[in-house]
Amino acid sequence: MSQTLFDKLWNAHIVRPETEESPALLYVDLHLIHEVTSPQAFAELAQRGLGVRRPDLTVATMDHSTPTWAADLQGQRRYGSEQAWEQVRTLMENCDRHGIALHDWDSPNRGVVHVMAPELGLTRPGMTIVCGDSHTSTHGAFGTLAFGIGSSEVTHVLATQCLLQRKPKTMRITVDGRLGPGVSAKDLVLHVIGAVGVHAGTGHVIEFAGSAIRALDMEGRMTVCNMAIEAGARAGLIAPDQTTIDWLRGRMHCPEGAAFDRAAAEWLSLASDADASFDREFHFVAEEIAPTITYGTHPGMVVAIDQPVPPATDEGAARALEYMQVTPGQPLLGRPVDVVFLGSCTNSRLGDLRAAADILRGRKVAAGVRMLVVPGSEQVRTAAEAEGLDRVFTAAGAEWHESGCSMCIAMNGDRVGPGQTAVSTSNRNFEGRQGPGSRTFLASPATAAACAVNGCISDPRYLDRPVVQPPELAIHFPSPRQMEARA
Amino acid sequence: MKPLRQMSSKILVLHQDNIDTDQIVPARFLTTTSRQGLGEVAFADWRFDSAGRSRPECPLNAPDFSERNILVAGENFGCGSSREHAVWALMQFGFWVVISSRLADIFRANALKNGLLAIEVDEPTHGWLLAHPEARVEIDVTRSTLRLPDDRAVEFALDPFARHCLLEGVDALGHLLDQQALISAFEHRRQEAA
Repeated sequence: MSQTLFDKLWNAHIVRPETEESPALLYVDLHLIHEVTSPQAFAELAQRGLGVRRPDLTVATMDHSTPTWAADLQGQRRYGSEQAWEQVRTLMENCDRHGIALHDWDSPNRGVVHVMAPELGLTRPGMTIVCGDSHTSTHGAFGTLAFGIGSSEVTHVLATQCLLQRKPKTMRITVDGRLGPGVSAKDLVLHVIGAVGVHAGTGHVIEFAGSAIRALDMEGRMTVCNMAIEAGARAGLIAPDQTTIDWLRGRMHCPEGAAFDRAAAEWLSLASDADASFDREFHFVAEEIAPTITYGTHPGMVVAIDQPVPPATDEGAARALEYMQVTPGQPLLGRPVDVVFLGSCTNSRLGDLRAAADILRGRKVAAGVRMLVVPGSEQVRTAAEAEGLDRVFTAAGAEWHESGCSMCIAMNGDRVGPGQTAVSTSNRNFEGRQGPGSRTFLASPATAAACAVNGCISDPRYLDRPVVQPPELAIHFPSPRQMEARA
Repeated sequence: MKPLRQMSSKILVLHQDNIDTDQIVPARFLTTTSRQGLGEVAFADWRFDSAGRSRPECPLNAPDFSERNILVAGENFGCGSSREHAVWALMQFGFWVVISSRLADIFRANALKNGLLAIEVDEPTHGWLLAHPEARVEIDVTRSTLRLPDDRAVEFALDPFARHCLLEGVDALGHLLDQQALISAFEHRRQEAA
């Protein structure tokens, strides 16, 4: 019987199949942990007198609560609070006690968990990966079944390397064609979420396919899978291909030489069968995707950047527009911006920094705008500095930070102020997400950089025309029903 | 985990779709290393203004909130982050049951692992509950039914394993630990094949 990529990954990790009475027992190849969702799990282990079954399959980093300013001359770092420091110290102690590798302050590989693990070759096709973090879907870009779990499940994996799971349904989202200039993977995924809705993926694993997906580099694919959870799906998937293999070759935890070639041949066999069927399918045309930005308080409230704010269709949308202080029928272009954040597990990789630097080079961040650039990992930071990107940002007047989640989740003191407008390359525009009272507009790195330069929401394709709407580019969002009908 | 078999309570209605886990527990409270102390920060930015004053218009500040142990919320409740803190906060605030027309996957999994009954009901029932914020309803976990004030019983889907855990007050970890021999055999098979 024909199988989807998801079926193949699922079947290869079943320790005990599911029955009416009990869920399947699914084996986990890699467990990533960080300081925020692991302390309660370790406490539970201690309380029950349990150890960690496979510390060798567990890797830790610290990213959420950590300061992103460099250490001072005495090597001291200023945490957002005493409790944040306590949380990081707890992670250090737990890793030490259980023999778990931790990428801490001294590691050149420290970073946001979903940036550093792929970089180190810890994320490889065919694996199962979990982490107490919803954006674990990112790793699906490698043809890896990867999803976020809660702290109770973190305890389960620490103790048994397994999870009890019901098999989810499958969805395929196909994007064919070519993205236009100034349109990136972020615009693609925001457009898709806007069309299918924020809960279309609930109960499903999404496979992204089609020529526009194939044409993305690994960074772009990670951006797309990262936001599968914003469509409600715990996991996103993209079948491995030569782009995947080329990106992985030579990474620290990948096999070498002939062993790599053998592994690569196996990885390339991981794809949905030609006649595999999915529970739901959607089709999109890449040429119809413009630079896309959110205007509301969930990631499905999106609009092509040169289009006016859509009307509120219900009470919830009306409340969102009120919170965001946007008016239906009015353009977003030209709205003044207070903060620009370039970072997060969605868009903080080298390609993202290059895209923003290309716009900022020789230009200045507008007066009154605070722009933070927070690389996703120390490896990204080092590589960016080696090619002078840090100097492009600082010369433009932006802040250059060390790696971390920073202003995406605003746990470490990097916050957007109450009532301020932020254009952010992160993944969530929920009320107060970037600080109490903050107003977040999600966008691509190029759009964020264009907004920083102009001091207002701007179309990266027409940098010198911040408030002019080119009517010939009018994009209309088809309804989910129309999209599904095309499938 | 405390068992949950039957309960009767007034509902508390939050008539809004897509209530995300950042609303349930704002991220700035996630630096804790404990599961405790989260009830007081549940929906902090909905219950209190920026000066820390209670917002009287918020249903969570109703004078009888502690007698309302069943939360009825709009569609797609619990979307966003995987933070289990959201479940701990809701339980410490006093909820035993969460009802919506659609629940986010990770939130639902987290809830059931802690003994918080998170269920989806059909749209007409959901709509009726949203429109009757003073209703008292009964939950029967054994029969998977929700009984409305007019005595109508509505069935809800509940995974048999989750039901067993709720009724017995046991969590899944014990069951997982009983599978160690199977897990070792799986690891052994994979090593042989490699």
